[in-house]
Amino acid sequence: MGFPHKPHPRETVLLSRYFGEADARTYKGWVKRGGYAALERARAMEPARVIDIVKESGLRGRGGAGFPTGLKWSFMPKEKKKPHYLCVNADESEPGTFKDREIMRWTPHALLEGTAIAAHAIQAEVAYIYIRGEFTEPLAIMEKALADARSAGVFGDLKIHLHRGAGAYICGEETALMNSIEGKRGNPRIKPPFPAAAGVFGMPTTINNVETLAAVPPILVKGAAWYKALTLSSPKSTGTKLFSVCGHVQQPGNYEVTMGFPLKDLIYELCGGMRTGRTLKACIPGGSSVPILNRDETEACLLDYEGVVERGSMLGSGGVIVFDDSADMVYQIMRLARFYAHESCAQCTQCREGTAWTTKILERMLAGQGKPADLDLLLDLSENMTGKTICVLSDSCAAPVVSGIKKFRNEFEDYIAGRRQPVMVA
Amino acid sequence: MPEELVNLTIDGVPVGVPKGTLVIEAAKQAGVLVPHYCYHPGLSVAGVCRMCLVEIEKQPKLAIACATQAAEGMVVNTQSAAAKSARTGVLEFLLINHPLDCPICDQAGECELQDFTFQEGRAATRYSPDYPKRFNPVEDFGPDVLYVPNRCILCTRCVRFMEDVAREPVLNVSERGDRAYIGVHPEARLDHPWAGNVVDLCPVGSLLSKDFLHKARAWELDKAASVCTGCSQGCNITLDTRDDVVVRVRPRPNLEVNRYFICDHGRMNYRWMNRGDRIEAPLVKRGGELHATDWPDALERVTTVLRGAGPRVVALVSPRASTEALFFARELFRGGGGEWTGAFQVVMGEEAPLPGVPDLALRAERAPNARGAELLGYGREYAAALAAAESAAVVLVLDEPDIPVRTAGTLIYVGTVLPERARDADVVLPIANVAEEDGTFVNRDGRVQRYAQAKPAPGMARPGWWVFSELGAALGRGEPVASAAEAFARVAQAIEPFRGLSHAQLGFTGKPAAVAVPA
Repeated sequence: MGFPHKPHPRETVLLSRYFGEADARTYKGWVKRGGYAALERARAMEPARVIDIVKESGLRGRGGAGFPTGLKWSFMPKEKKKPHYLCVNADESEPGTFKDREIMRWTPHALLEGTAIAAHAIQAEVAYIYIRGEFTEPLAIMEKALADARSAGVFGDLKIHLHRGAGAYICGEETALMNSIEGKRGNPRIKPPFPAAAGVFGMPTTINNVETLAAVPPILVKGAAWYKALTLSSPKSTGTKLFSVCGHVQQPGNYEVTMGFPLKDLIYELCGGMRTGRTLKACIPGGSSVPILNRDETEACLLDYEGVVERGSMLGSGGVIVFDDSADMVYQIMRLARFYAHESCAQCTQCREGTAWTTKILERMLAGQGKPADLDLLLDLSENMTGKTICVLSDSCAAPVVSGIKKFRNEFEDYIAGRRQPVMVA
Repeated sequence: MPEELVNLTIDGVPVGVPKGTLVIEAAKQAGVLVPHYCYHPGLSVAGVCRMCLVEIEKQPKLAIACATQAAEGMVVNTQSAAAKSARTGVLEFLLINHPLDCPICDQAGECELQDFTFQEGRAATRYSPDYPKRFNPVEDFGPDVLYVPNRCILCTRCVRFMEDVAREPVLNVSERGDRAYIGVHPEARLDHPWAGNVVDLCPVGSLLSKDFLHKARAWELDKAASVCTGCSQGCNITLDTRDDVVVRVRPRPNLEVNRYFICDHGRMNYRWMNRGDRIEAPLVKRGGELHATDWPDALERVTTVLRGAGPRVVALVSPRASTEALFFARELFRGGGGEWTGAFQVVMGEEAPLPGVPDLALRAERAPNARGAELLGYGREYAAALAAAESAAVVLVLDEPDIPVRTAGTLIYVGTVLPERARDADVVLPIANVAEEDGTFVNRDGRVQRYAQAKPAPGMARPGWWVFSELGAALGRGEPVASAAEAFARVAQAIEPFRGLSHAQLGFTGKPAAVAVPA
């Protein structure tokens, strides 16, 4: 595992402040850095008050959908008739995203503290932290941190379980994650019922992303107004966000910036720009599931929920995948489609068959056997795969295909017309 | 308390349905069948095939009718361009890996994939013939079930049936994506006593009955509503016949009795209906030998016997006989002024419940009309009746193959087949079996249910009620009846628990008789 870079002066280090400091991983080290003070403060408040503070802060879910966190918490039944559960989504399986991993690696107690505060707010007695199966090191670190904090007695009656995933991308989808915790096949569930009504084990459940919960302790310490003020553009997007930048930049890595930060600056300044002699061609700003941006859109894009939507994509999980002019977009999109075809849970027809069919068309195209009608066919299949299934895996496969054909049509046409050398697709 | 109704409009048709009703069910009431695969009213909702996508006004996305509850003021449009194109899309996806081997598929003709593709599918595929279709070999799932994975559309009805209804979860969806298939537990077989239902539930030809394999094309089958004779539960069934041979038994929905299911015992309980060794003509004894004769002659012989009968008459009847036949048989003796004994015996077997449906089981009592016989005054003291038969003047045996009867009197045998001992009879009268006549049974809960004729009776065999009503008429006990419905009307007139019921009123799902239901 790589060691984090020194923060760039234009970064706003809130979550990543202690990245690289091994001492922050320990319980003592965390307390020394002011840790668990927020939890104490939250415990002294009525749960409803905690929810209000988080609502006021404007914190929105960092897992991808950007749903207001306080509002989500407020959906839990006020009057407790059944056990309440908190699920923490640490499955981080979105290609191009690796921020939650670093939070767990360096500041496990930040997550545990946020978890305990959220559990208090929603009156949950049990919290499950569902950790991606491949995250062996973060798991070991989390296990140690949990054991230390537990023996220090910071969680009171709250039970926190670490649950290890088994490698399925779909288990990062919130209801599939709940099925997985229950020991069932990780299939997304139809909604309604929503998790707040019937989640894990059929009980009222809230599910939050790692980064979301790690942001909660500072909000409680420094106040909602402080957090709300952390914005460079849209007042609807507040706080800081970790962006996992990968691809053809000089310095890939996690960068924490205030909401509304220009994507252009993230790429050209913080990440040191493109590889020598290369120019920016395209960028996927929010993990593999969101539409691709071309160069102009990328350079005009502001990194907050509204700003990215304005440019035709989504902020998603904050996984920024950067392509330079050497990238073969048809090949890149085929790789994405193949990923979704591999990970489709097979429940919904459009997803099960559509992701695989899309992949086959793209593979043939790359092999020099595409047909002119293939592009319209791909767009039509994508239309049939969008907005019609239980979860959005199918939509996620369609998004890069549709945006890719729209923005890089000439590359597809070159393969079909034989103007490009066929690629061996293994 | 009256049920709370919600009013909605489906394809322009206003309907009122109880609160909580799913749109797909509400649509049925509006006369609209929303195409679907994974949804089945007898199973939990999965919402996975995405075939029942419909447009609902004021909702941003298409919704699946099977998982959306009807709401007040909802306007549903199943035929909008968006909904139709979404369903056409689903059909196209379902077909890309489908082998299209309809000509050799048992399901052809009753296949929902065929039906809906015909209704709203694309005329041609866009799936390049260069791409291979998914292939997996046929698997032997259990005693009567084959799995043809290539035809499977992964609707998961079979998985949900075994998990939620049979509560023996031996099936699952194995693998992911387009590699997925229905898997069976490596150490288990699909041999639950109710497992055969997965074949009926399968909307395509993926789960097949070995018993029915390549026996008939669906369009060659004639269908008759019937009632299972396998036990006293009285499951509603359909008898499928091909050229007057019963080739298949399938469940017929009845929410009060068997919902959508039948057990494998009942499913396989039909071969005897096709027996070739039937009595085809009335037989009378002349010179110590039975000789075929015509009905007037045979009836004449019986009336002569009965007219001269002494005070003791014993009837040994089958609890598989129709209520109508049992009634007229009893009337024959009751009017005689003498003493009569009527009794039946019940074959017992092992009970096999279907755990997911309350009060549904293959019952230990393997007799469809034991309750009917009881209501008509027949008793279960079979041994005593046998003893009484020894000194009786007349002994009537109604289709009871096991007749260890010794009598000094006259033996009259009325039946479908001729057991060896029946050759002692003075008269043998051929009757129709359950597949060959109309009639009713009363199940263990006192529910009176009709069954309909599925095929003609062989030779001169006639329904039991006809035989006994003719005999009664010859003895001067009222007019004979001309149909099972008329026969039942007489039952309803005479027997208190049946009062007020009629064949028309029973319909094809039956009505409870006015009897105390056993706790």
